[in-house]
Amino acid sequence: MSVKVLLPNAFQKHTNGAREIESNAANLPALVNDIETHFPALRQHLRDANGKLRQFINFYVNDEDIRFLGNDAYSFKDGDEVLVIPSIAGGCSPHGHTRFAPGQRPAASGHCRCCSYCGQEDCVCY
Amino acid sequence: MAFYWLRCRDCGKRFENAPLSMCDECFSPLEVAYDLDAAKQTFTREAIARGPQSMWRYQALLPVPTDYTPTTPAGFTPLLSAPRLGKRIGAKNLFVKNDAVCLPTLSFKDRVVSVALANAVSFGFDTVGCSSTGNLANAVAAQAARLGLKTYILVPADLEPAKILNTQVYGAKLVRIDGNYDHVNRLSSQIAERYHWGFVNVNLRPYYAEGSKTVGYEIAEQLGWRLPDNVVVPMAGGSLITKIKKAFHELITLGLVEQKNVRFFGAQATGCSPIAQAVKCGSDTIEPQKPNTIARSLAIGNPADGPYAARAIRDSDGWAEDVSDVEIVAGIQELAETEGIFTETAGGVTTAVTARLYAHGRIHADELTVACITGNGLKTTDALAGQYAVEDAIRPRMVDFEAYVTAHESTVEQLAALVGAQV
Repeated sequence: MSVKVLLPNAFQKHTNGAREIESNAANLPALVNDIETHFPALRQHLRDANGKLRQFINFYVNDEDIRFLGNDAYSFKDGDEVLVIPSIAGGCSPHGHTRFAPGQRPAASGHCRCCSYCGQEDCVCY
Repeated sequence: MAFYWLRCRDCGKRFENAPLSMCDECFSPLEVAYDLDAAKQTFTREAIARGPQSMWRYQALLPVPTDYTPTTPAGFTPLLSAPRLGKRIGAKNLFVKNDAVCLPTLSFKDRVVSVALANAVSFGFDTVGCSSTGNLANAVAAQAARLGLKTYILVPADLEPAKILNTQVYGAKLVRIDGNYDHVNRLSSQIAERYHWGFVNVNLRPYYAEGSKTVGYEIAEQLGWRLPDNVVVPMAGGSLITKIKKAFHELITLGLVEQKNVRFFGAQATGCSPIAQAVKCGSDTIEPQKPNTIARSLAIGNPADGPYAARAIRDSDGWAEDVSDVEIVAGIQELAETEGIFTETAGGVTTAVTARLYAHGRIHADELTVACITGNGLKTTDALAGQYAVEDAIRPRMVDFEAYVTAHESTVEQLAALVGAQV
């Protein structure tokens, strides 16, 4: 099982000019580790001070944002083409949901309880 | 030495002026930074008043070469008091910044493209392009034609017909992509790496985004060099709201207006509301969405400046809201019926969100509030399909007309008043 990984121009400074690698990684965390094994110099640029992958680095699998495919939980398939593009957008929400019904909002949000569809608090439109 | 340069928004690394959009150290976006001490000499109320009746009156704080001569008078659009809309939604001090009449292509994108293409020329590109939800496509096509540049424009295949026509008419090569804006944007990033072209919202993005500041400068100047209490701004990629904030900050730093904590409110369609959701969850991180809304000009599910927009809103003690497609159409109609401004779907979003912010008490009636209308309704007439019946024609006779009026005036009193007025 192997996937083709296309790297952006911005990485080349840290990859000795390499733009593409083959990887046997099973999923995204393993792929990031594999990229860092190939290019140790890239590691400090891919991760922030806490070791977390920087938020502006996006991964696409065969045209689809990996966040729509399950993100870390997505298992790569043989022949997948993985595209790395920095700086298009932000990272992932820790909550894992796109919208929240009023009663389902994460407690940590601590803000508005208005429904995002009708604008009413404690609505029944869900 | 140029008085502006590029700076990483996260790690602060400095870069000389170049067609670059991301930091090679931390891969975060770059923005333009200025020597504001130097600008104190040139960016004064008096110098601005002597400038042209366009956004180029603020040229001293725009990233263009000192000897740049503008070719298109974009911007300096009306700031209109909106008492009738205010009465409808419970606002007593409401203004509309009307970029529905921004030249040359009737949206605020004319501002950003003016700055981006000035840089495309100075960097020596002969071909320019963009990924667009429509308004940007129109603006790039028109201004590139005026500058004699070749143009490749990428749009989602389902774009409104008027926005496609309004791009093709300028002779641009319009590439329809079978996907949503986020697919188009990703492809544009790849193209910009392969071809030596100036993509206004990819490798020219730091310069392009600065054009949005002129909305903020104009609001302040048109209010008599003071800042409003609140600004309501539609959000697609999230850049505009951050740049209006940057503009206000620069005006305060340079002493052109008094210090004031303006509150920023973001507006999105519920069918594509990643930034509003982040604000509502108290998060800076953006979870991408698959857009599904009639507000196609705001349909960016993976917004480039989303984290910065969410932070700008929260830091200002503002808020973000999102409204349904039904409310968007009602918003378009409400603004047209009360203030005579026909806006596109994005303006319907802004109007409906503004109404909700008053209704929920997030904005108080007396506060000086500016709602930013960013595009023209003539480009999205399909959003109003079926809203207005085509009535049968009447004969050119007085009796027919009187029968028509009788049938259409809803009360006897209204009819009596009308007939009385004729006597």
